[in-house]
This record gives sequence, C-alpha cells and structure tokens, in this order.
Amino acid sequence: MLAVTKRENVQGNAACALGAIAAGCRFFAGYPITPSSEIAERLAGELPKVGGTFVQMEDEIASMAATIGASLGGVKSMTATSGPGFSLKQENLGYAAMTETPCVIANVMRGGPSTGMPTRPGQGDIMQARWGTHGDHPIIVLTPASVGEIYSETIRAFNLSERLRVPVVVLYDEIIGHLLETIELTTPDDDQLIDRKWASGDAKDFLPYADTDDLVPPMARPGDGYRVHTTGLTHDDRGFPTQVPEKAEHAVTRLLDKLDHHAELIESYEAVMCEDADVIITAFGITARAAHKAVKNLRSQGVKVGLFRPITMWPFPEAAYKKVTGNAKAIIVAEMNAGQLVLEIERICAGKPEVHRVNRIDGEVITPDELQAAVKEVMS
Amino acid sequence: MNIQEGVQAHVSAEEFDVRDYMRLDLFPHFLCPGCGHGMALRAMMWALYENNISMDKLAVVCGIGCSGRLGAYIDSNTFHTTHGRPLAFATGLALARPDLHVVVITGDGDCLAIGGNHLIHACRRNVNMTCLMLNNEVYGMTGGQVSPTTSADRYTTTTPGGNREPVFDACKLAEAAGAGFVGREVTMQVPTLKDLIKEAYDYNGFSFVEIMSDCTEIFGRKNQLGESAEMILSQKSSTRPDSYGTKVDDPFRPNALKTGVLVKGVRPEYRDMNRPIQPVQPVQKD
Repeated sequence: MLAVTKRENVQGNAACALGAIAAGCRFFAGYPITPSSEIAERLAGELPKVGGTFVQMEDEIASMAATIGASLGGVKSMTATSGPGFSLKQENLGYAAMTETPCVIANVMRGGPSTGMPTRPGQGDIMQARWGTHGDHPIIVLTPASVGEIYSETIRAFNLSERLRVPVVVLYDEIIGHLLETIELTTPDDDQLIDRKWASGDAKDFLPYADTDDLVPPMARPGDGYRVHTTGLTHDDRGFPTQVPEKAEHAVTRLLDKLDHHAELIESYEAVMCEDADVIITAFGITARAAHKAVKNLRSQGVKVGLFRPITMWPFPEAAYKKVTGNAKAIIVAEMNAGQLVLEIERICAGKPEVHRVNRIDGEVITPDELQAAVKEVMS
Repeated sequence: MNIQEGVQAHVSAEEFDVRDYMRLDLFPHFLCPGCGHGMALRAMMWALYENNISMDKLAVVCGIGCSGRLGAYIDSNTFHTTHGRPLAFATGLALARPDLHVVVITGDGDCLAIGGNHLIHACRRNVNMTCLMLNNEVYGMTGGQVSPTTSADRYTTTTPGGNREPVFDACKLAEAAGAGFVGREVTMQVPTLKDLIKEAYDYNGFSFVEIMSDCTEIFGRKNQLGESAEMILSQKSSTRPDSYGTKVDDPFRPNALKTGVLVKGVRPEYRDMNRPIQPVQPVQKD
C-alpha cells in the first residue's frame, strides 16, 4: 500500500486516535477522564469502521487490563488517560513490562497532584511515567509537541512497542491535546509498520523467554498451539515462576538491557540552533513551543541561545544531550511542574554546564517572555 | 491425550485421566494437603474433556491467590494476571479473540473484594466467558486473613476475636448484576460439579460458578474444623441442591446455601448487541 497523505485540521487528541488507527491499532479500552476523553470518543467511531473493537470499561484499572488482554490475544491495542487514571493503571502497566506485552498508553497531562486541575495543563507526570509502577522495569515515554507530532509519535509508539515488546507511553499536556492544527495525515506504508515477531517452529521445544540476539523473544499467539504460561511473577525462560537467584537476575537484567540494546531505535530529539549557543533551553511539549519562539526572538537580538527538545523522554537521550550541550555555558530547564526533568539533566551534566530552572505549577503555560527574561538573567 | 472428535458425554471417572491435561513437569504442585482446589481443578478439566474443548483454543485467565496459581498447571494458554483483575484481562482477550474459549479462575478475595467491580460489570456486559470462583472463605496464600466470604464468628489472622462482618453471597451478587448463568456447587461431588461447569462452559454469554472449596491447613486448623474430609462433609451438609425446593428455610437443612444451576436465562451476548453506528437524526420542527 502506498502512503496516502491528506491535509486536515484536527485536534491533538483526535490525531492520537487517527495515528493509532494508521498504526494498526484494532482494540481500545478506556475510561472517561478529562482532558483525554476525545481519544476514546474518536476511536469509538473509528475502530468499528476498520473491524476493530472499542470498549468502555468500568474503571481505569480494567481498561489497562483489557488493553493488555487484547494484546496478549495478538491485537495491537491501546488505552488513554490522564493523571489520576494514570496512577490507577500503574500496576497493570508493570504487568505489561514484566510479561513483555506490547501496548500503548496515552497520558494527557493535567494539573496535579491528585484530582488537581482537570481542565488546566501540566507536565507533572514526567517522573511517574518513568517510575510509576514498582520495581525495576523498562518503559518508553514519548513527548510530542504538536498535533502533527502526536499523530506520528503515536504511530512510532506502536512500532516501538511491537518491535521491543514493551509498553510505550505517549505523554503530552492538555494544551497540545486540545490544540487544533492543520496537519498532514500520512498513512504509513505497510513496510513502515512493525508487527511483533510471532513464535514459529516446533511448539514442543518453544521457550517463550529464551535469549535472542536482539533480546526480544518472539511471542506465542494463543490458539497457535504453543500453550504458553504468562505471569507477572519473575519467570524463567519457560515462562514459569522462579525464585532461583541466577534466573531471577537474568530475567530482569534482560528486560532492562533490551532498551539499552536498541537505544538508537528509541532515541529521538530536536536540537534548534544549539551549535554556537551559550545558553540552551531544554523543554518538551507546549513549553518547547514557547521556548522555540523565545529562541527565535533572542537570536534576532543577537543572543546565542538554543533549544534541546527530547521527543523520546525515557530512556532520555543522554549521549546526544551531552554532545549537544557540551559547549554551552548554561542550561535552562523549563517545565510546567516543580522540577522533574531538571533532576535528570542535573544528573547528566553533573555541574557542567550550570543548570537553571524555570517552572510553573499554576495551570498556566510558560510564555516566551518568561523564557527570554530567564535567558537574559542567566547571561548577565 | 488428543481430544477426540465428537462430544464425549459422561465418561466415567476411570476413563478420564486429568494428568493428560496437566503440565506434569511442574509437579509436585504447591497446594496444601486437603485443599479443595485440586478437586475443583479436576472437575474443570473433566468438563473441558466432555465438552470437547481443545486445549489449544482454550485460554485460562487467573488472578492472584491460591486459585490464581492453578492456571500454571493447566497445559493450555494460561495467563496469571494481577490481583482482582482477571475478568478485566479476560474481557480484552475475549473481545479481541472470539475464537478462543475463555475461562477465568478466581478466588473469593480476588473476585469479590479487590475485583468486585469487575465482577458486577462482567455480569452486566455479558461477554462470552466462564468465571469459576473458588470460595475457600479465606486469603490462604497470604497466611489466612478474613475475606468477604468468611463465615460469621470465624477466627482468622485479622479477626482474632471472630469475624463480625456479614458474608457476601456471590451468586446473589452475580444474579443481581445480570449474569445469565449462575451456579454453585461443593467439591465433594466432583461429577456433579463437573456437570455444572459443563453447562457453564456451554452457555453463550457470561457464566458464573461459585465452587465451595475448603482451606484445611490454614482456615480449618485455626477454627478447629477438622481434617479435609470433615470440612467437605460439613460443607455438603450446609448446602442443599436447588431441586429440593425453593424455600431456603426448608426444615430439612436450615439456612442452607442452594447448589446447582441457580439462574439460567437468555440474554444477547455482548457482540450480538453491536449495532451499526447511525448518525443522529436532527429533530424535525413543525
């Protein structure tokens, strides 16, 4: 199938739904929550048209469980939520990571903590997206900054999830989610879509969690005769629970190594005018849009400033970040929370260059003016 | 053993060998001596055999607890999920793969406490699957804490003065939530239990079966209920087949729980209710 492109004025959340359909998602289980509900609403209409299934479950926990259940059955599946719902999904998110079940979770961030400000934007789920579920686990988090990027990153989320058998979170703020932008909806070629590797060969000798060169074992589809056991308990290569220290360590180590091994595939970022920059603003989502404007304004005044925007938030593109910011004198991390991404940046920079913060936790966006003022203050 | 073509109705206990359905390389199993779950598992497998359900097309979804561990021993597609959530996982699996025969194995704590919300909505939604709830009145795996079905005044590790909370009637709950098929049986009569489970497997829609199991080692010992045989006999004597009549206060067995098929109705299965999406027609004004 050739790529078909059409221009359309769509909302961020609708772009997420359309990206999912384009990626081959055929199952959605969700629960209403502001400001993500438009994803569910759009998919309730779109999925039946392509032979897919939409179901509204009884709660956030059940919608995560049903999403994983459908994926275990072999169907690309996703769910969508916001902060409080994301908290409720964490246990089953860990189950997906442990059982290596592909699935995509859109988290449209609102003001927090707790019920917070449901209709106001926030970026306070950065650390929860990485560490929300218990134990050492692999997870990929993508942070698009435009409606067009929500569409393309949702497709990439499914591809990464299928390729690496890992849950992928598409994380963006309420502003991006409710933004209307005219974008190109490019239907991917079949060869641009990735399906998980399926088990083949003799069912009798099949080991569902055996070591493979790429650290991603093929998955057994129920009904194909493999009769595999799937458990969130620490399991051996046969898939059965084990408490043998060597086997337990091996199992979890492979889960974590899996993402390191495929770092190049996962990592994505944008560096704007960073080559000669004295100050580099680091921001994501709507804050990066404001930062982009601030960089342009300051450059027109002759100020050497750049922008680093992680598109893949976790695993953070550490090597690229070090390279891009190597010659800068200062970094400003701007985010709509009390300081979360900055902790990772401080860890990576380890004091050189110096790291400054710009934060807002009042439900309002950070403006280009604020960032321009912050750059000037840092440079003075 | 390969399942033969054609329904094999009522093979005798001698003809049916449960070991043909088990992952014997995982044995010895972890159940305590005297635990009723083994008899329940036997009945589940026997019913599969008699209903001619292929182990390749079967999907067993379990929760957490002693009941949740049964799945690993079944030589099929088995899923050991999170605590209380097997019905939600199974809903996704069954909707995505209607070609699979989905069976959920859960316990009283898993299904009625932490997973209670999923049970009532699974009953209401009516996706084709069978939920087998093993009721042993206690959280066995965690060491014997009180559960929603622990009988009045029973001692558990978290009710040192005896249980003061009322007992949940799972079958009444399932019926009230709209389950089209509801049944209950004790483990003492495995063939009777097998026949009930067969009927549940056959039901097109959501079917719920409460299996009265016994926890001899933890619950029985703490309450001095005797050995396994005594516990099973006392369960039998405190239940009464539905065919005895409809009055629960029947003098033959006062306050007895009813067993057998308690509800069997005709409801459209979830997929049968799907209608094409129609655009909303604007209201015509005169």
